[in-house]
Amino acid sequence: MGWYNKRLAKSLWVFHVSASPCNNCDIEILDLLTPRYDLERLGIKLVGSVRHADVMLVSGIVNKKIEPRIKRLYSQAPKPIFVVAIGSCMSSQGVFKESYNRCKEVKEVIPVDMWVPGCPPKPEAMIEGVAKLIGVLNE
Amino acid sequence: MITTLFYLLIFPGLLFTVLLGLVVGWVDRKVSARFQYRVGPPFFQNFNDFFKLLGKETIIVKESVRSLFISAPFVSFGTLSLLAMLIGLPLFLGESFGGDIFVIMYLMVIHSVMVVLGGSSTGNVYSSLGAGREIKLVLADELIFIMVILIPVVASGYELQLSALISAQSSGAFIGSVHGVLGFLAGLLCIQAKMTMQPFDIPEAETEIVEGPLMEYSGPLLGFWKLNHFMMYVVYPFLLVSLYLGGFNLQGWGILWAVLKYLLIVVLMIIIKNTNPRLQIDTALKFFWRILFPIIFIALILAVIGV
Repeated sequence: MGWYNKRLAKSLWVFHVSASPCNNCDIEILDLLTPRYDLERLGIKLVGSVRHADVMLVSGIVNKKIEPRIKRLYSQAPKPIFVVAIGSCMSSQGVFKESYNRCKEVKEVIPVDMWVPGCPPKPEAMIEGVAKLIGVLNE
Repeated sequence: MITTLFYLLIFPGLLFTVLLGLVVGWVDRKVSARFQYRVGPPFFQNFNDFFKLLGKETIIVKESVRSLFISAPFVSFGTLSLLAMLIGLPLFLGESFGGDIFVIMYLMVIHSVMVVLGGSSTGNVYSSLGAGREIKLVLADELIFIMVILIPVVASGYELQLSALISAQSSGAFIGSVHGVLGFLAGLLCIQAKMTMQPFDIPEAETEIVEGPLMEYSGPLLGFWKLNHFMMYVVYPFLLVSLYLGGFNLQGWGILWAVLKYLLIVVLMIIIKNTNPRLQIDTALKFFWRILFPIIFIALILAVIGV
C-alpha cells in the first residue's frame, strides 16, 4: 500500500462541507486556491461532488439539522476518505459552546483525522495541516 | 493480425494516445495556472490522479441502470482508442482505407452518446440535467463539424480518404486559402464544444450542476472518464492537423514542424478556454446555428468555386 499512499498524497481532492459555519472559515479555505497560496502545486483540487473527494473539509458547528447531513455525506464518499475539521467551532465549539441549538461534537458524528483550530485559521495553518496529512500518508 | 493489434494497442492507438494525452493535460493545467499567475501542478500530476482514482472505492448508485452505468466509460474509452488508430495511421504511416472519413464522423458522436447514457442512467437530477444539455450541445455542433470535414473533401477534389486528403495538401496546406482559414477556426470552436471546454462547458458546469453527468461516478469509472477527456486532447487536434494543416512530415526538421502544429492547436484551445466565460445553452445554440453556420456555408461555397 506504500506505493498507492504516495499517489494518494500527491493528488488529494477536497470536498468542502459547510456545516452551518459563519462563513469566515470558508472564505479562508477559498483563499488557498488563489495565486498567493495556490494549493494546485501540491495536487490539491476543490471538487464539487463528494463522490470525487479524498478529503472532506468540515467547518462550522454541528446542530440538529446538520448532523444527519454530515453523516450522510460521509457515507456517500468513496473510501479512503479523510476528514479535516477546520476552525475553533469544530475543535472546541468556540463561542457556541453554551448555545441552545448545539447538538454534538463532530467527533461523535464522524471520525475526524485532523483538527485545524483558529477563528478563522490562517491559510498557512491550513497548509500546515494538509502537509502533515501528506506526511502521514508518505510514511 | 499482430501489426493491426500493435496499431490499435500501442503506437497510434491506445498507449500512445493515453500517454500523450496525460502529458498534454498537464500542459493545459500548467498554462491555465500561468494565466492566473499561479504555479500550477507538477509534471506527473495527471498520472497520479489517474492511479489514485484506480484505487478508490467504486460506488454504484442503487437506483441506477447498473450495466449502462458501468459500461459507458469503457465503451467511450474503446471508441476513442479506435478513433486514435484511425486518425493516427494516415497521419504517421500514410495508411488508410476508402471512406474512413465517414467512420471517423460516426465514431466521434459515440463519446457524446455515452456521456448522455452514463449520465442519465444514475437517476440523479443534476446528472440528468447535464445529460440533457449534452444532447443540446451535440445538436448544436454536429452539423458544423460535418461541414468542417466537408470543406477539405471538396477542396481536394472529392477524396473520401484521410490519407488522400493529407497527400492532396503536399503542395500547400488548405489553411493557406480563405475557406481553409474559416474552416479551421470553425473546427477549433467545434472541438471546444465536443470536449466541453470552457465557453461550452455547459454540460459539466462545475459551479452550477456539479460536473453534470460525471457527478455520481467515483473511483476507477471516474478515472476512465477523465482519461477519455485527456485522450480527446490528442484525437481532435490530430484530426484538425490532417484536415487543414497538411499532416505531419516526420523527416529532419519536419518533426519540429509537426510538434509546433500540434502545440499551436492545443495552445489556441487553452487560450480560448481561459479567456471566455461559460455560455448559456441557448446562446451556444444560437452561436452555432446563426453565426457559425452561415460563415461555414459561405466557406463551403468558396471551396466549391476554388477561392
